[in-house]
Amino acid sequence: MNFKTKLGLGVLAFFTLIAVIGEWIAPYDPSAMGDDLLSPPSGAHWFGTTMTGQDIFSQVLVGTRGVMVVGLVCGVLATFLSILVGVTAGFLGGAADEALSMLSNVFLVIPALPLIIIVASMLPSADTVLIAAVISLTAWAWGARVLRAQTMSLRRRDFVEAARASGERTWRIIVFEVLPNLTAVIASGFVGTVIFAVMLQITLSFVGVVSLSTWNWGTILFWAQSNQALGQGAWWWFVPAGLCIALLGTALALINFGIDEYANPRLRKVRA
Amino acid sequence: MTFLLRRALFYLVTLWAAITMNFLLPRLLPGDPVQAMITKLGGRLNSDAMASLYVLFGLDEQKSIWAQYVDYWAALLRGDLGLSFTFFPTPVADVLSQSLPWTLGLVGVTTVIAFLLGTLLGVYAGWRRGSWLDSLIPVTTFLSSIPYFWLGLIAISVFSVTWPLLPASGGYAAGLVPEFSGEFIGSVLEHAVLPGVTIVVSSVAGWILGMRNMMVTVTAEDYVLVAKAKGLSQRRIMFAYAARNAVLPSISGFALSLGFIVGGALLVEMVFSYPGLGYVLFQGIGAKDYPLMQGVFLVITLAVLVANLLADIGYLLLDPRTRREG
Amino acid sequence: MNEVALEAKGLVKTYKRVRAVQDVSIVLRRGRVTALVGESGSGKSTVAKLLARLVEPTSGEILLDGEKVRRVREYRRKVQMVFQDPFASLNPVHTIRYHLTRPLKIHKRPETVEQLLERVNLPADFASRYPYELSGGQRQRVAIARALAAHPEVLLADEPVSMLDVSIRLGVLNLLLDLKERLKLAVLYITHDIASARYFADETFVMYGGQIVEGGDSETVTQRPAHPYTQLLIESAPDPERSVIALDAPPEETGEVSAGCRFAPRCPKVQSRCWTDAPPRTEIDSSGHWAACWLYVEAV
Repeated sequence: MNFKTKLGLGVLAFFTLIAVIGEWIAPYDPSAMGDDLLSPPSGAHWFGTTMTGQDIFSQVLVGTRGVMVVGLVCGVLATFLSILVGVTAGFLGGAADEALSMLSNVFLVIPALPLIIIVASMLPSADTVLIAAVISLTAWAWGARVLRAQTMSLRRRDFVEAARASGERTWRIIVFEVLPNLTAVIASGFVGTVIFAVMLQITLSFVGVVSLSTWNWGTILFWAQSNQALGQGAWWWFVPAGLCIALLGTALALINFGIDEYANPRLRKVRA
Repeated sequence: MTFLLRRALFYLVTLWAAITMNFLLPRLLPGDPVQAMITKLGGRLNSDAMASLYVLFGLDEQKSIWAQYVDYWAALLRGDLGLSFTFFPTPVADVLSQSLPWTLGLVGVTTVIAFLLGTLLGVYAGWRRGSWLDSLIPVTTFLSSIPYFWLGLIAISVFSVTWPLLPASGGYAAGLVPEFSGEFIGSVLEHAVLPGVTIVVSSVAGWILGMRNMMVTVTAEDYVLVAKAKGLSQRRIMFAYAARNAVLPSISGFALSLGFIVGGALLVEMVFSYPGLGYVLFQGIGAKDYPLMQGVFLVITLAVLVANLLADIGYLLLDPRTRREG
Repeated sequence: MNEVALEAKGLVKTYKRVRAVQDVSIVLRRGRVTALVGESGSGKSTVAKLLARLVEPTSGEILLDGEKVRRVREYRRKVQMVFQDPFASLNPVHTIRYHLTRPLKIHKRPETVEQLLERVNLPADFASRYPYELSGGQRQRVAIARALAAHPEVLLADEPVSMLDVSIRLGVLNLLLDLKERLKLAVLYITHDIASARYFADETFVMYGGQIVEGGDSETVTQRPAHPYTQLLIESAPDPERSVIALDAPPEETGEVSAGCRFAPRCPKVQSRCWTDAPPRTEIDSSGHWAACWLYVEAV
């Protein structure tokens, strides 16, 4: 494992920790209003305060959980869907493959953001888990496409034929012979989906289509934007949340490079 | 030719799927937001407008779902997307036709620039693996991990608020009338700089990385080795042998990630109050303007599909294999 | 004691427009090795897959102990296959133990993994290893052990030694011979190397263009080949270390249906009727040696 991958894992572990303990270590109630209105970062308020005197540091800490939960739930759901569709299509071939490939390509080509915005704004209560489910429905297609291609190349390999010749059933061949050989692809698809889901959730919160009652990094940005934080020069209102998003995204991307390099030795750095 | 026909057929199916989703969503999801809006607007809606909203959002429950579907298609084919609540009483189709050119201009140009720039940088980074260009990879990764809209916010904060160099919002200076004059065009370009640069910066990293990895893979292929053994110039091998083959997956990736990029670009428009579809969508969200939101979705989907078809044609021109099979 | 274990009658396999296998009939007997010799593209591997029921025939039937077996799993308990490439036929993510345990479980056999390994002359501690830790010859022994786990009557060996180093081929072939004797297996030995067929097989069939063109006991077929194609094969591969290289690749068109003999375009002794009529199967002598060639129709 190289340095970049370790760095990625370290940052991810850090945010995971914050997601778990953030609520307890937050110095203030993130929604509680205070007397310091729109004050820049200080000893009392590390990331400054909002228009109504809420502590932004606490909002970031508490908001981490929502971000990580959506990432995890979407990652699991969408990866499951992509395996189901992609591996089935690649293994079965023929008409089933044609139909499933078309389905995933349709979902890939249709612009997901406006669609999700519509769905989210039509839902009467768009809470975290529901949003995660909706995001998953649009996030599986890329993974399915990659898995299908990989499965197709595995399907005709002799060890699959050999398993059939020894009398293995089709589902067992898919689950125990093909899937273990796709581990790297599945892992990288999972991480990619988490990035996608986190970005989308934050975007939806920023745009204001999901419930603002729970904190996440996107809702902080929503309030910053709707209170004209920019015009008032309150950079501290939107910089921390944005940096956290970028850091988490970078960490996940680095982990994915690690997986890619593991799976494709040609990408490994040349050593002198 | 079969290749293009197959692709065109696929895009038709996709369009059909998008339209059908648009039809089903308000009927499947609980609540009747449009009904509520109609009640609120009360007598200000004329009977024609009311009728088309009924058709589009399935408020007429007397009819079978199939009859509703047929009516829906008939309305769409007439270009009737209902009335916008936000820009009441302007029809949605009119709002969209005003904002579409802005989006096509901004997103079209920046996406092409980002693709070309990223591909070129990726070619160099992949060819000279291990050089200083490679150390840019983590930086570009970081840049691409930043949400488009946040980068836009930062850009505004730095270049409009701290140093007021460029305008932070709008498509052209207030007070100007859209016309074909030097002043107006200059103003449009000036207003496009910040949102444009934002889109390019956040989308370029993906192309760099994809192209770099393809180059690394292709560089190890036999035909590149043979070209080297023949003593061809580095430039020629890099572009005519390696890059030409490496770019193909990049182009098919271009087609598939277009939906994603357009989503990001819409957000940039929201942040910069740029008069394109993204900003219209943003205003629609605030007002729960479903006719407008659904109209935006349909138009964007259509635009993405057309762009995909163009990318396919590009692929066809570059890859002789698809040409022969066709 | 040489009773028929597996009998294929009139097998045909058509892929889209290409006829990979055209009217192949073959009989495998207990305790005997039958060789199927041909170049790549002759359809011999397709025959193996048809007999293993990995591929469904377009027409024709396969009888196991004189009966048609409907249930595939029951069939696979009695007919097992060894693949050509031992580097591809073992799943890289599983241990040797997993590879051998599965068929034992599927076919409810009482043997242990260690017994199977011992049968193919591998040490018992190989069970915990992964395929990449083994040499080609060792892997092929594992593949043979896996095939034996089901306790089959028929073993289909598709070029079992062609991917192995020349120095270890004989060891693997001798192992197969030994197992055949001890377990009274009916073995189909598919190869492109006609010299090894003479050494290894009791009976030899020669395949060309999806059809069997000559058959008989191995000694006769290899020492006194009747069909011009077999003669060419033997001339071009005088020693076992060399594979068939002197022959031109068959023209693409021969894959398509033609009325006459499929070998006509390449045959040095071609006659005018070869182009129009397919040659019938003709007895050469009383030992059961036959060929499908017009040269011998006149003689009878």
